[in-house]
Amino acid sequence: MSGLRILVPVKRVIDYAVKPRVNRAQTAVETANVKHSMNPFDELSIEEAVRLRERKSPPVDEIVVFSAGPPKAQDVLRTAMGMGADRGIHVVVEEKQALEPLGVAKLLQKVVAEQKSNLVILGKQSIDDDAAQTGQMLAGLLNWPQATQASKVQVEGEVVTVVREVDGGVETLKAKLPMVITTDLRLNEPRYATLPNIMKAKKKPLEKKTLSDYGLDVPPRLKTIKVTEPPPRQGGVKVDDVDGMISKLKELGAL
Amino acid sequence: MFSVARTSVLRQARTQLQFSPSTAPLQHSALARLLSTLAVLEQKDGKLNVSSLAAVTAGVKLGGSITAFVAGSGVKAVAEDAAKAKGIEKVIYVENGAYEKGLPENYAPLLVENIKKGGYTHIFAGHSAFGKNLMPRVAALLDSQQISDITEIESEDTFVRPIYAGNAIMTVQSSDSTKIITVRGTAFPAPETEGGSATVEEGVDPKAECPTEWIAEDLAQSDRPDLSSAEKVVSGGRGLKSKEEFDRLMPPLADALGAAIGASRAAVDSGFADNSLQVGQTGKNVAPQLYLCAGISGAIQHLAGMKDSKVIAAINKDPEAPIFQVADVGLVGDLFEKVPELTQKLKSQ
Repeated sequence: MSGLRILVPVKRVIDYAVKPRVNRAQTAVETANVKHSMNPFDELSIEEAVRLRERKSPPVDEIVVFSAGPPKAQDVLRTAMGMGADRGIHVVVEEKQALEPLGVAKLLQKVVAEQKSNLVILGKQSIDDDAAQTGQMLAGLLNWPQATQASKVQVEGEVVTVVREVDGGVETLKAKLPMVITTDLRLNEPRYATLPNIMKAKKKPLEKKTLSDYGLDVPPRLKTIKVTEPPPRQGGVKVDDVDGMISKLKELGAL
Repeated sequence: MFSVARTSVLRQARTQLQFSPSTAPLQHSALARLLSTLAVLEQKDGKLNVSSLAAVTAGVKLGGSITAFVAGSGVKAVAEDAAKAKGIEKVIYVENGAYEKGLPENYAPLLVENIKKGGYTHIFAGHSAFGKNLMPRVAALLDSQQISDITEIESEDTFVRPIYAGNAIMTVQSSDSTKIITVRGTAFPAPETEGGSATVEEGVDPKAECPTEWIAEDLAQSDRPDLSSAEKVVSGGRGLKSKEEFDRLMPPLADALGAAIGASRAAVDSGFADNSLQVGQTGKNVAPQLYLCAGISGAIQHLAGMKDSKVIAAINKDPEAPIFQVADVGLVGDLFEKVPELTQKLKSQ
């Protein structure tokens, strides 16, 4: 077998620092005129792919970055290429018909076959719908091994060793390529795309496709009934000293 | 809750029975018997993980019959233990060491076989590391769109879950025939673990190959209460400045309260505390009676993991820190003075 052919799916989401607002009709979160960026966990995926290339053993043949989303998802693909991905694939999906994780997994299954990828690195969850499903679903559809919430990845030949975060600590798994890995926060620290690299990324190939190019029709299974703001917490009181805190906590029945 | 368009036959039938839209479980309806839940339980080294019984609680809220499922080595005893939990009718166990570590590559086909055999309408599991890793794979194999981390059940096909780090609450209706759902443990407290009398039965074992090898684990040892199910949590952030200070100030306070220890991402990233203690969108969700935090500013990612706490108390030297907007009791001051003083005063009571 030759080198690694890495596929990194990325998602454009509302920037993590922005506090999302529910729209007036209570049908969704307001996305117009809100700052968007790459899902933070996807930055970790790109970074890990680029680091695998820098380690040189085994050689990385190609890093393909993928996104399914509105036309603006192009921006995050360019960012990913600025960080070191070789080329991009953009399946244009309008915001209104946004895909669910199962739909994305089915799409990725086709992309993996088309690109002959042997390692898919995804974020462990996207910070918008917080589902944490796509990587596992893709692994299931492909019948590949999976290692989720990775905090350390080591590839030697065809053997991949992954340390993953679990409740209460970490566990170490070993599997053979091809496989699916999802990244956790502790995996690495993503680099910033430098200006020269951002300029270069503009010239890297970016293929535009549609769902029908992949012969897919994935109607949503879930219907959003409503989206609401969480009940606000009652503003509490400030106390002057430790005694005040203890007596207030007693009053509230917490002690 | 009945204003939404009803599509399923079950719902139509129920309407004809003029089922009252109360919050009581649906089990008094004859049709509710058509609902059947499989609750996937977790075990480790032959011990039932009690917090995974949240899946049973979800089944009870839904109504209908509840079967629990457990697999691994030496799990017959675990099954018999689980059988005592209130609400379960039957426990299915699969005795095979290959499932001990819960690797989804063979555990998912195992579940799929047992789900198909039992014809369950709802599969519940905890939204824990185990459930998060396994259930989406199961969902994909069954061609079902999973619903993650639910906090409420509105009806047999309608569920409530937080999105955007808990900044919005979404109600979704599923059209899948088998609903795969992970539940937020803090929203579905475990049932009583005594008094039940479920039957125990062996399940089918497809013996799927597992291409993944489990090598080792390194779990943080602690004799404190488990973070995700503790009644009280004390949590420290960047304000503690170093691991030494974290270890000097937080454990005594936790001991004085009988609390579990948590930490913000900043504290974990700076190496003050272990990763497994992180509370927040990407760490653990907690909803204790008391969440007492020191040196935590209150970023939205952190609030996501603790704002359902009953009472929040905060010590921070910055009076403008966002944590004070959610804290029931706030104390502006230097935590290096206030925390030891608080520990002392709590101890002397």
